[in-house]
Amino acid sequence: MLEAVDLECVRGDRRLFAGVGLTVAPGELLHVRGPNGSGKTTLLRMLCGLVKPVAGEVRWAGRPARELGDGFLALLTYVGHHNAIKDELTGPENLLVHARLCGAPDDAATLSAALERLGMKAYGRVPCKVLSAGQKRRTALARLLISRSPLWILDEPFNALDVGAVATLQQAIQGHLQRDGMVVLTTHQDVPIDGAVKTLHMGA
Amino acid sequence: MVRRDLTLVMRNRADVATILFFFVIVVSLFPLGVGPEMNILRTIAPGVVWVAALLASMLSLGRMFAADHADGTLEQLLVAPAPLALLVLGKVIAHWLASGVPLVLMAPLLGLQFGLPADGLAVLMVSLLLGTPVLSLVGAIGAALTLGVRGGGVLVSLLVLPLYIPVLIFGAGAVDATVSGLGGQAHLSILAAMLVLAGCFTPWATAAALRISLD
Repeated sequence: MLEAVDLECVRGDRRLFAGVGLTVAPGELLHVRGPNGSGKTTLLRMLCGLVKPVAGEVRWAGRPARELGDGFLALLTYVGHHNAIKDELTGPENLLVHARLCGAPDDAATLSAALERLGMKAYGRVPCKVLSAGQKRRTALARLLISRSPLWILDEPFNALDVGAVATLQQAIQGHLQRDGMVVLTTHQDVPIDGAVKTLHMGA
Repeated sequence: MVRRDLTLVMRNRADVATILFFFVIVVSLFPLGVGPEMNILRTIAPGVVWVAALLASMLSLGRMFAADHADGTLEQLLVAPAPLALLVLGKVIAHWLASGVPLVLMAPLLGLQFGLPADGLAVLMVSLLLGTPVLSLVGAIGAALTLGVRGGGVLVSLLVLPLYIPVLIFGAGAVDATVSGLGGQAHLSILAAMLVLAGCFTPWATAAALRISLD
């Protein structure tokens, strides 16, 4: 179970948010909502340990995530604002690098199945720089399909995706929740997900 | 990690060529400026080649993390369940293979321009072989600290060049000592010691710097 207590974030001399607490239990999705600039992305980065909270802490199964270190990082897959796609590499190469890095299955069959599900199989041989924004986003999201980690942290995952890809991702998220996975995401789109959905409203 | 970075380098070959040409041109400017006096050239050769190598290696530092920072790959490295210092070491090794090794290979040719004797050329190569990885390792700290900072390039040189001084002194000193018949062994041993030290400690410092830069 992911838990955060009393998180506070200060950027420069402005307090972005304070006293933010949340819990996500297995099979639950937490939808972080809020206007632009309310600190959604920062909160997500904080949950991943990329940003250090001024006060409060992130806990996994009751223990501080900071203490667990790599043990905690092994449990999460993060897809941020940026796609982390290398323009010079092809889609499968990008995915392979990620799989190796995270200890996810890295055999060619798994990777190409993930890319195929997102409709990116036909582009397996071209460098990602010729892909459109939506296609790059799909390639980045293929990481979720090969991931075995219980916690997904997604920052605006539906951005730039077309209707078909949104549906695929929606199914993937639902499947993940049914397998007792946990999802924390931000999005401005209304994408219905069946199951236990909680909402966290951020400031402003 | 090393393989990924090398693949990227191979797909951006122009970058490596730029660094190499920079090195060649800087070194070649000196004989033109100083004049063809063989004795003077021979005396300044080790220093000139080493200073040019420092500058060339520094030029390429900016790219070590900048692209990964811009496209979000760096975030993924930080949230990957692998020791960040090891990933950093992988990136530094790739950086050295792409920017240091070409300099080492090119150096004897440039040394010839300055009329260095054969044993001097050999020691020049060995000293660069030991010294350029130190430059990449130490430079990585500077590159990590200045990520996302405006005017990062200039800042990197201010941060890193002072730290390069010991490498420069012993690198150029090794060649000097050999040419003057004293033997460059002691200098090379110190360079090797610096390499071991830098190899052990700088990846941790760089990893810490990356965490600060991304916070």
